[in-house]
Amino acid sequence: MLDFSILFPSVLNGITTGAVYALIALGLTLIYGVLHIINFAHGAALMVALYGVYMLKQHWGIDPYMALVVVVPAMFALGYALQRGIINRASHGKDENILLVTLGLSIVLENLALLLFKSDTRTIDTAYTLSTVEIGPAFIALPKLVAFAGALVTAAMLLLIVKKTDLGRAIRAVAKEKQGARLMGIDVDHVYAMCFGLGLACLGAAACFLMPAYYVNPTVGSGFVLVAFTIVVLGGMGSFAGALLGGLLIGVVESLGGLYLGESLGQVGIFLIFILVLLLRPQGLFGAKA
Amino acid sequence: MKDLRNIALFVLLVACVPWLSSSGVVLNFTMTALYACLLAQAWNVLGGFGGQFSFGHALFFGTGAYVQAIAQMQWGLNAWLALPLAMAFAAAVGAFVGAVSFRYGLKGSYFALVTLAFAEVFRIVATSVPFTGAGVGLMLPLRESTTNMQFGSRAGFVWLMLGLVTLALLITAWLRHSRFGACLQAVRDNEDAARAVGVNPFRVKLVATILSGGLMGAAGAFYVQVFQYIDPGIAYGPHTSVEALVGAIVGGMGTLWGPVLGALGLHILADLTRNLFGQLPGINMVIYGSVLVLIVMFLPRGIAGLGAFTPQQWLRSLSAKERS
Repeated sequence: MLDFSILFPSVLNGITTGAVYALIALGLTLIYGVLHIINFAHGAALMVALYGVYMLKQHWGIDPYMALVVVVPAMFALGYALQRGIINRASHGKDENILLVTLGLSIVLENLALLLFKSDTRTIDTAYTLSTVEIGPAFIALPKLVAFAGALVTAAMLLLIVKKTDLGRAIRAVAKEKQGARLMGIDVDHVYAMCFGLGLACLGAAACFLMPAYYVNPTVGSGFVLVAFTIVVLGGMGSFAGALLGGLLIGVVESLGGLYLGESLGQVGIFLIFILVLLLRPQGLFGAKA
Repeated sequence: MKDLRNIALFVLLVACVPWLSSSGVVLNFTMTALYACLLAQAWNVLGGFGGQFSFGHALFFGTGAYVQAIAQMQWGLNAWLALPLAMAFAAAVGAFVGAVSFRYGLKGSYFALVTLAFAEVFRIVATSVPFTGAGVGLMLPLRESTTNMQFGSRAGFVWLMLGLVTLALLITAWLRHSRFGACLQAVRDNEDAARAVGVNPFRVKLVATILSGGLMGAAGAFYVQVFQYIDPGIAYGPHTSVEALVGAIVGGMGTLWGPVLGALGLHILADLTRNLFGQLPGINMVIYGSVLVLIVMFLPRGIAGLGAFTPQQWLRSLSAKERS
């Protein structure tokens, strides 16, 4: 069973999927790290972005990779509006309320999609959907390779924004000490909304990279949301490096689990990791103690 | 005492419905509304009185449903014996999940996530193992007779469900007036302070999870008896978890009649939209989700919280929140 020619493609496949997982988890961890809220609507937002990419391709023939310039800003705007218009207003300063509101949002988004698009699973066709690249003994789908590279580039850009720009400095200040930041003249509500926007913009990018090799249906997000939570918890809530490494790790675990246990039981491995980490090491593998 | 009197009144009123009307529409509505009440009340025990928000209550529902079906089909038990067994299994799952979660001090969002993850694990396992019928599900054979808990008319199901709802109401009333209930609410409001005065938070939350799980298991068993079919998606999918939670929150958490009001209100709303828009897939859930968001936004104490206020006070409290 430990044949290299089977194992290597499987691990490679896991790493490329894991990079996209990492990108999704980065958005989640950014929102958690700064707003200290768990965005339950993350999966539903990804689903919205995937439908966006799908519609652009089907109706205007826009290539998924070109769609980045439309979908990423659109998702950013959606995130900004959701946080300022709904989530912030409904929270009344309580974390449980935010959990409930984002749960409510995810239910609404998923079922609106069900109303509009029915429960059909949809895919798009591009010239490169089926092309493969040979790496050593393995063949890997070209879109997956592009997704891997794209996810890393997007993650690097996000890190640059957070580490180098004025907005990033404000974000980090608010994350550390909200009251202090407010006293220094930072508009906390605006920073919160910007964070939420950035988190959803990551999803927009992830959707563009996923769509050529993936599919979309109204419940596609719920598959991702627990995986993303697992990665965030595994990597340590709010840790960027943790989310990146956790994403790659979970991608490989899923791929190998699928190889040895079959598709559906392979997923159980992820959830068991999730439960075990939450129970035994809630600060995550790489996270510092809160 | 006042609670007991109100419960008795409620039971008498609802119990008369099958005598007043034999119309299938009325009976069906009463049955499904009572079923929604039970889901909301089960969630309320842990979420409302214990302050532990579970996003995966389908875990207990599904377990109850599967045990009810398997006990009859594979162990040859009578349905009336299977029901307490289904509740016991669901309560045992509650004990397990509660014990591991609270032992490691999970609370708030983490508890919500872990219950959701457990429900997912159970769903995937139920799809993969043979004794649950895997993805195909289990079909309970039709043997219509009262001894098999398969009543000839909906009236029998209404009375059975009313019995279960009454049990849930009595447990809730007990939580309001007993020492245990006081401990549970103290832990919800401030766990450290409760511990300081000698309450054992772990034990209290664990018992609440067991009670809540058992009631949810009864709902699952009931579902199997009525629809005679269960599969992993129905049993452990998110729909039931959401219905339970939204009913309790909309009605008012930690109250006796809130979950009943909330479940009933949502049920009427769902029926109305079905009449307006026809059977569109997902429309129910869109409404549940929107109502949840609106209630958390404008009525954080639910419908039951309205009764405590005059409209002027309510407006004032809203504007006070805007300022803070």
